[in-house]
Amino acid sequence: MERIKRILVSDGFNNAMSSIFAILIGLLFGFIILLISNPSQAVEGLGIILKGGFSAEGKGMGQVLYFATPLILTGLSVGFAFKTGLFNIGAAGQFIMGAFAAIYVGVHWTFLPAPLHWIAALLAAAVVGGLWALIPGLMKAYLNVNEVISTIMMNYIGMYMANYLVKLTVYDRLRAQSLDVANTCVLPKMGLDHIFYNSLGGGKDLSTVNCGIYIAVIIAIVIYILLNKTTFGYELKACGYNADASRYAGINEKRNVVLSMVIAGALSGLGGGLLYLSGAGGRHIKVVDVLASEGFNGIPVALLGLSNPIGIIFSGIFISYITEGGNYLQSLNYAPEIIQMIIACIIYFSAFALILRKIIPGILKRRAENKKGGEK
Amino acid sequence: MEYIIEMLNITKEFPGIIANDDITLQLKKGEIHALLGENGAGKSTLMSVLFGMYQPEKGVIKKNGQEVKINDPNDANALGIGMVHQHFKLVHNFTVLQNIILGVETTKNGILKMGEAREKIIALSEKYGLMVDPEAKVEDITVGMQQRVEILKMLYRDNEILIFDEPTAVLTPQEIEELMKIMKGLAAEGKSILFITHKLNEIKAVANRCTVLRKGKYIGTIDVASTSKEEMSEMMVGRKVDLTVQKKPIEPGNVVLEVKNMIVKSKHHSKNAVNNVSFQVRKGEIVCIAGIDGNGQSELVYGLTGLSQVESGEIFINGQNITKESIRKRNLDGLSHIPEDRHKDGLILDYNLTENLILKNYFKPGFQKGSFINFKKSREYAEKLIEQFDIRSGQGTKTMVRSMSGGNQQKAIIARELDLDPEILIAVQPTRGLDVGAIEYIHKQLIEKRDEGKAVLLVSLELDEVMNVSDRILVIYEGELVADVDPKEITMNELGLYMAGSKRNEVTA
Repeated sequence: MERIKRILVSDGFNNAMSSIFAILIGLLFGFIILLISNPSQAVEGLGIILKGGFSAEGKGMGQVLYFATPLILTGLSVGFAFKTGLFNIGAAGQFIMGAFAAIYVGVHWTFLPAPLHWIAALLAAAVVGGLWALIPGLMKAYLNVNEVISTIMMNYIGMYMANYLVKLTVYDRLRAQSLDVANTCVLPKMGLDHIFYNSLGGGKDLSTVNCGIYIAVIIAIVIYILLNKTTFGYELKACGYNADASRYAGINEKRNVVLSMVIAGALSGLGGGLLYLSGAGGRHIKVVDVLASEGFNGIPVALLGLSNPIGIIFSGIFISYITEGGNYLQSLNYAPEIIQMIIACIIYFSAFALILRKIIPGILKRRAENKKGGEK
Repeated sequence: MEYIIEMLNITKEFPGIIANDDITLQLKKGEIHALLGENGAGKSTLMSVLFGMYQPEKGVIKKNGQEVKINDPNDANALGIGMVHQHFKLVHNFTVLQNIILGVETTKNGILKMGEAREKIIALSEKYGLMVDPEAKVEDITVGMQQRVEILKMLYRDNEILIFDEPTAVLTPQEIEELMKIMKGLAAEGKSILFITHKLNEIKAVANRCTVLRKGKYIGTIDVASTSKEEMSEMMVGRKVDLTVQKKPIEPGNVVLEVKNMIVKSKHHSKNAVNNVSFQVRKGEIVCIAGIDGNGQSELVYGLTGLSQVESGEIFINGQNITKESIRKRNLDGLSHIPEDRHKDGLILDYNLTENLILKNYFKPGFQKGSFINFKKSREYAEKLIEQFDIRSGQGTKTMVRSMSGGNQQKAIIARELDLDPEILIAVQPTRGLDVGAIEYIHKQLIEKRDEGKAVLLVSLELDEVMNVSDRILVIYEGELVADVDPKEITMNELGLYMAGSKRNEVTA
C-alpha cells in the first residue's frame, strides 16, 4: 500500500498521468463534436480516429511517423525555448524558411554526392531556421522586445518570404508548387521501406517515411542531454528560471537568450528540412498564404510532452496518429471542416496537460490528507 | 485562569517533516505573548494553523474555552483573529482609508459611504495613538506608518487577537520604540497580542510571557520578567549562545578594495543614487556601510559587483582596475557577494540545493569535464558544504531550494560565497530575518574571514550589528558618505544623527 502511494505522488507518474488524462478529455470533446455533427456515425467515427494510422495498415503507420517527424522537431523547438524561459511562437516561420533552404539546396546543389547532398540540405535548413529566430532573440536580449510578439511577426514575414523565394528559385509552374529535390537529396529509407508498406499485388505500396524519424529521435535525445547534463544547459535553464540570479552568478544572460532562440529556430528549421526532403511522393511547398500548421502544432506537442524532450517524441507521434486517424474519417459522412475541428479539439484539449499537471498532485494530496484526517 | 485562545497539542506534518509536534500555546486576555524560535522551528506553521491556512493532524483550538474549527482565514476573522504580516498586504495607490475598509466597505444602495468609516478610523487612531492620516496614499507614507495602517485594519474589524509576524524587521530604531508603545497600549485596552520575533530585546521590552519552540517541538512557556535573555536564547537554540560578538584586535593590512569617485545613476529619479563615493577596505578589516534603507546602499553594491553600470569613477581589487570587468571576471578576481535579496539575486529557487551551491563553480574544472557537469562531484561538494555549514533541508542535496526555510536558504548562499575563498566579501544585510543562532553563526563566519586576513564590506540596517561587528563604520546618506567613524568611539545616538542626515563629516578616502 505504501509503495503504491509513493508511486502515486511521484513526479514521473503524475507527469504521465496528467498527459494521459488530458488526452482522454480531448477525445471526449472530439466525441461530443462527432455526436453533434452526425450522431448516427459518431461511435464508428471515434473508432476510426482511435485506430489512427492503423486504418491503412503498414503504410498508414509509416505516414504517422513521417508526419510525426516535423512535429517532434517543432515540439522540441517550443519545449526547448520554454525550458529556458522563452515562448517561441515563431516555429511556423522558422519551419517554412528551413524548408525552403533545404529545397533550394536540394534542387540546385546537384554537384554534391548522395549522403553529402541531403546532409548539406538539412544543415542549411537548420542554419536558416536559426537565423530566422536570431532576430527575435537579439531584440529580446538587447531591446527587451517581447519574443511572443516578434516571433509571431516573423511567422508572417517568413511565410511570404518563403513563398516569394520559392516562386523565384525553385518553382514548378505546372503543379504550382516547389520542384522535386534531386534524388541525391532525398532522405534515405534506412530499412524503413521493409516495415512500412502495403502489399499491392506483387509490388509494395511504400510509405513516405524515411530516416527523418531516426534523426528526430536522435535530436530529441541530444537536446535532453544538452539540457540536463551540460554546463550550457545548466546555464540556459538557470536563465529561464531566474535571469537576475543568473546574471549575479556571472552568466551572460543576454547571450544565452540569443543562443536559446537560435537553437529553437534551428530545430524548427530542421523540422522543415526533414519533412520536405522526401522525393516526388512527399510534401512540397505550395505557394499559398497559410502559416505552416506544423509550426503551431509544435505548441500542443510541447505542452503535451510537458517540454520534456523524450516526452515530446511520444506526444509528436500521438498527435500525428490522431491527425492521420482524422483523415480516414472522410470515409464516413463528415465534412472535411468538421474533421479539422474535431482533430484540433483533441489536440488542443490534450495540451491542457500542463495545467492538469499542476492540479492533479494537489487533488491527490488533499485526498490523502482528508483520508488521514478521517482515520484519526 | 481565563484564556482567550488556546491551541492544545497541535501536530502538523508535511511530507518528510513534522513542522509542529504536539505544541500547546495559551494566550491570556490582555497579554502580550511572544512566540520565540529559530527559523524552521514551526512558528509560521503554528500561526498558519491558527489563521486557518493549514489544518492540523492532531490537536484542538479553543476560544474562550469553546472548541472552534478554523477552516480558512475568513473563519479566523470571524473569531476576531487578525494578523500583521511581515510583508504588508496593502494596495499602494489606494489611500489609507481605502486600504483599511477594503473587504468590509460600508455601502448604501451599492454606493460607498466613507464618512462613517473615516470617523471610526480617526477615533481608533486617536485612542491607540496611531497617528495616521486617512487621506494619505500608502505609497507616500513611511514603512512604519504602513505598519500602523495594518494595525488599524485589524482594529477596524474589531479583532481581539492580534498576531504580529516579525513586525520590527522593517523598522528603524525610533519606529521600533513607537511600535512597542503602541503594542503596550493595545494590550492595556484589552487586546491580546501574539508577537512572533527572534529579537530577545524586544521580548524583554514588551512581552508578558513567551512560548519557545525548537525544531517543531514545544520547549516551554516562561514568564519574561523572571527569565534572562541568555536563558531564553538557550531554550531557543538548545545550547549556550554568545550574544556579544567576540573579536580580537587585528591590524589591517594592504588595501584590497578601493573605490574612487564612484557615481551610480538612480533608476527612479534624476539624482545620482550613489554620488561621488570614495573609500577603501583593507585586509583584516570589516567595514560597515550604515544608513537608513534606500540611501543608495543597494546601488552602491550593484555598482561594485557589476550588476549595474557605474556612471563614472573607478573600482580596484588588489590594485587592479575592475570598473569595466564582467561579473564573472570580478567573481574570479576574488569578489564574493551575499546579495540583499536572496530570492531575486541569490538563488534559483527552482533548482535544487546542489545546483544552487555550484552556481558560481559549475564551469570550473572538477565540476565539469568537456562541458558535461559532473553531478557526482557536485553532489559530494554540496554534501560537504551542507555538513560544514549545517544547512538543514527536507531531502538533502535534492531539496528544491524554494521549499527551504529562509534561514537555511541564507546559509546556502553564505556557504557558497565563503567557500569561494574571496579576497573581498560584500555582505548585504546577511542576517535579515534570521534568528539569534543563525545571526551568531553568520557574524562568526564574517569575523573568521576577517581574522584570516580577508576584507569584508558589510552593508547593514541593524544598528546592533553595525556597532558590534564592524571595525570601521561608513555612514551613507542620500548617496553620499557622511561619516567615517570607529565604532568604539561613537554612540548609537550619534550614529543615528549621521544616518538621519542631521550631522556630517567630510569623508576622505
